[in-house]
Amino acid sequence: MANKKIAVNTKNRRLMIHETVTSYLFLLPFLVFFVMFVVYPMLMCVYTSFFDATMGREDIFVGFGNYKTLFQDDVFWIALRNTLVIVLVSVPVTCAFSLWIASAISKMPVAATSAFRCIFYLPVVTGSVAVTMVWKWMFNNYYGIFNYIGTNLGLIDKNINWLGDPKYALGCIILILLTTSVGQPIVLYVSALDNVDKSLVEAAEVDGATQMQAFWKIKWPQMMPTTLYILVITTINSFQCFALIQLLTLGGPSNSTMTIMYYIYYNAFKLYKYGYGNAMGVILAIIIAILSAVQFKLGEEK
Amino acid sequence: MNNQNRLDQVAVKQKAYRYFSVIVVAIFAFLFAFPLYWIITGAFKTGKEINSTTPVWIPSEWDMGNFERLMSKRSAPLFDFQIFGYIITGPKVPAAIRWLINTVFMSVASMLLTCLTSAMAGYVLAKKRFWGKTLIFSLVVCAMALPKQVILIPLLREMSNLDLYDTIWAVIFPIVGWPFGVFLLKQFAEGIPTEMVEACRIDGASEWRTFTDVMFPMIKPGVGACAIFTFINSWNDYFMQLIMLTANKNLTISLGIATMQGESSTDYGLLMAGAALASVPIIIVFLIFQKYFTKGITMGAVKG
Repeated sequence: MANKKIAVNTKNRRLMIHETVTSYLFLLPFLVFFVMFVVYPMLMCVYTSFFDATMGREDIFVGFGNYKTLFQDDVFWIALRNTLVIVLVSVPVTCAFSLWIASAISKMPVAATSAFRCIFYLPVVTGSVAVTMVWKWMFNNYYGIFNYIGTNLGLIDKNINWLGDPKYALGCIILILLTTSVGQPIVLYVSALDNVDKSLVEAAEVDGATQMQAFWKIKWPQMMPTTLYILVITTINSFQCFALIQLLTLGGPSNSTMTIMYYIYYNAFKLYKYGYGNAMGVILAIIIAILSAVQFKLGEEK
Repeated sequence: MNNQNRLDQVAVKQKAYRYFSVIVVAIFAFLFAFPLYWIITGAFKTGKEINSTTPVWIPSEWDMGNFERLMSKRSAPLFDFQIFGYIITGPKVPAAIRWLINTVFMSVASMLLTCLTSAMAGYVLAKKRFWGKTLIFSLVVCAMALPKQVILIPLLREMSNLDLYDTIWAVIFPIVGWPFGVFLLKQFAEGIPTEMVEACRIDGASEWRTFTDVMFPMIKPGVGACAIFTFINSWNDYFMQLIMLTANKNLTISLGIATMQGESSTDYGLLMAGAALASVPIIIVFLIFQKYFTKGITMGAVKG
């Protein structure tokens, strides 16, 4: 009996080894790229953040020096504040807007649903460079369509230099960001609304629930995982808002559109302060990780 | 009677709300499509129409001047590669053509490599039990939640150490390493009954045969979604290209247009022509494979 057990165990063990070896052979091509170009750079990001690193010379160990400088850097705090403003405005607006659009278009005939879904996804597919170019033109001081419409409708008395004015620049960036970030949430919400248990909704309607009640009491709780996912990806996307700023304002005027992502780029690739940039990257990653964890926690409690 | 009245009222209200929502959605849809319309018409407007203070809603004539300027501004060899120490260079063509070739090559290469590696990895992560599986999968999920850009500085140094800096591979490899495809295809593979795989094994098929003949055909829709997703994302991934590519002949179309903006930042006609060249091909690809694409987005989201 005991012998048999051992035999089974060794057989199991051999099977397990066999499975492990074949599995790793299948994983190998992916792991090579994953470890070399994702995991290793991530570790290096943390490691280099403790060094004074730049081009063409050996790194010098500075301990928490970069982090100390960081917390005393006024521009970093401005960048952090602007980034948080972008996130706090764009995340709720994106979620609410895409939920409303999705619930409106999901009641339409199938062809209309998919046509609208496509249109709202267009700014994402168009690509950040092309989108930025056209918005730059539309915001232009002299030939921009916004100034034309604004002055003609009497909304503004004279032409506004939208992107050159610290009062408006960040708002303009957020507006463009919004148009490029609702596409994916709409697709997700439409499919989530499709997957809602129809019998529950019908039962509620028979019992005399209004459409509003049916939506908030029955559909909304069922879509919670989708909402959670959308919150997390929108937050990450808003934190990463970069191309818009690099192509439109370069963080200006007077740092009014400076974000952490752009400040990292500026330090690392304009001033070649690699270590300092990495320290900021680590802080950014920590902030995003905390926010995602909080969002998941809140979502689970609900 | 009263009750009937109330119900009628509710029905009328609902109908009114429905019309209202259709109108509002249509207005928003118009606003969302407008920038694209403005790019495409702007590309064909004359300088006078572009710089007029009253917008020209529809170009009076379709002028090719912007594209001509775009094509004549810079030039680059059609192709160039090194073989046995000889450098072979193609004929000079407008740089935009070379940029388009680079972009297509980059997107196709990323797509093929990502699909192959992700399908294999996704299959074993979904269907096999082995040591270290949980660790690998947690790493995959963690990496996905982290901002991609924080790894760019170390990546740049790594690429220059590997002698890959300023080559198209420096952009392709990190895309292949990005684990979204693995996550997506693992979700797909989990939906395939395990009995199928086991039956195949009992019939004596090798592991590789099981993968190519049974698994792969069944996760094909997932692979399609992964392919189109990677293709579009790498076409539009600007940050990585900005950092890794510098020489004129190595640029991608969106990066090329962005650098042109630096030189002639107010020539909006030229910029719109470039923007149209960068975006119209990818929009056509998107419209053709839209169904797969939507599927990819939703599948990738199923509870992480």
